[in-house]
Amino acid sequence: MKGRMISPGKTKGTAIVSKEPIGFYGGIDIETGVVIEKGHPLEGKSVTDKILVFPCGKGSTVGSYVIYGLKKNGVAPKGIINRETETIVATGVILAGIPCVDQIDIENIQDGDTVAVNADKGTVEIIR
Amino acid sequence: MYLNREEEKILEGDEGEVTERMFRLLVRLGDIYAADKMIPVGSVQVAGVSYKSIGDPGTEFLEDMASKGAKVKVLTYLNPAGMDLENWEKIGFPKDFAKNQLRIMNAFKSMGIVVTSTCTPYLAGNLPRFREHIAWSESSAVSFSNSVIGARTNREGGPSALAAAICGRTPNYGLHLWEKRQPNIKIKVNTNLEFNSDFGAIGYYVGKQVKNKIPYFTGIKDANTDQLKALGAAMAASGAVALYHVEGLTPEADLVEKKGLETIDVGKKELDDTYEKLNTGKNPDVVILGCPHASLREISTLAEKLKDKHLKKPIWICTSRVMKEAADRMGFTDIIEKAGGHVVADTCMVVSPIESMGYKTTGVNSGKAANYLPGFCKQEVVFANINKLIEVQT
Repeated sequence: MKGRMISPGKTKGTAIVSKEPIGFYGGIDIETGVVIEKGHPLEGKSVTDKILVFPCGKGSTVGSYVIYGLKKNGVAPKGIINRETETIVATGVILAGIPCVDQIDIENIQDGDTVAVNADKGTVEIIR
Repeated sequence: MYLNREEEKILEGDEGEVTERMFRLLVRLGDIYAADKMIPVGSVQVAGVSYKSIGDPGTEFLEDMASKGAKVKVLTYLNPAGMDLENWEKIGFPKDFAKNQLRIMNAFKSMGIVVTSTCTPYLAGNLPRFREHIAWSESSAVSFSNSVIGARTNREGGPSALAAAICGRTPNYGLHLWEKRQPNIKIKVNTNLEFNSDFGAIGYYVGKQVKNKIPYFTGIKDANTDQLKALGAAMAASGAVALYHVEGLTPEADLVEKKGLETIDVGKKELDDTYEKLNTGKNPDVVILGCPHASLREISTLAEKLKDKHLKKPIWICTSRVMKEAADRMGFTDIIEKAGGHVVADTCMVVSPIESMGYKTTGVNSGKAANYLPGFCKQEVVFANINKLIEVQT
């Protein structure tokens, strides 16, 4: 699938997919990488070293620092795939150096799929 | 993206390493979002101020910038900090937390940022004009400035706002452009909204429905700025609404194109259901008002209601330092403290470490606070109007 590069780099890993938007601030624990938002479909799951797939960001604009902090604390996702990346997530992944691609039809990606992200070319490949 | 000679020189390092690095971030964002050029900003508001929100990684990031001599070019305000910067000891904020919070404030101050920490800069001396380009980041302040004032800002991340402050510019895309400010969904309100918490509840409901769309409201007959502040804050928290229009009330409502929009009806049932949904607890240990930061009108309302009352359990009202000064002078603070409450400045319940201060259940009248407290402060929530909240604390 071909999308748009938000933040460069190449990575490969296991997809963790949320059909709901993610608000990083108050949504993901900066120390552990675990989703803490009550009632969120990914509540209790870790995003660490996964390819995190979600439609778009939501909520607080402090989210950029949370993404940067997750990386500094060694608990960040390996890569991020969105339908539409807004500024909060974009700023976070650029500062943190996490490969990120958007304008991807995320319905095609299933939880647990092995996914290769080549953000430099804006491509996402599902390896089944 | 077109860059003028001065901007090219920033990329060549003429204004130092930090400005270059921050400008690269802005150019990058501009390229992603297809900005045609950079535009000057009139003011900036930076989020990511509480030690609780940004932790050691954020603190070190800011200290590094400050130590390299970064300075802001335009009027720049800060979001709430994690504690009352003057009375933190008296209110009971932990000492080690305070030490780190003060490191952050010092870093900001040395960059020339005004360390008035508030999510309502427009009530504290940073007021943009209609159509002014700004780069603000706190989500409710973004919503208020775009919607109620008609200024133009995207939802900036903490670091991208800081970059705009240091470079004095932001890429021209998104809500800076008139064609991107048009509504794409209509919300028909069919019920009376009385309390500020009603506006928060409706906002919470609508934000969940419309996510990052631009809603056009009809059926809201009247609302003061406190109520619009509550509405916008809740929509920005439960969704990612950065701009909304209200027929007859907000400045761009008459100007935008609203024909043929999909319509969502919101009535008494949705309002009642939202109150029920947001109530996850009973018997609050503490009631915290002022999310977003209380206006002087909201503080005076609380003072009026607490006059000659004795609270069994505390009520805080969070506000900016500027509003607190006025409340002190008017005797409102005195009345609230005599009843057993606190007027807390510079901070708010969401960004302060209330979970480590012994509180498990918090009462609020804010849809935004009700959205964040369970996840971020591990609180059970009682969501109700101000009268009911005072009743349960007395």
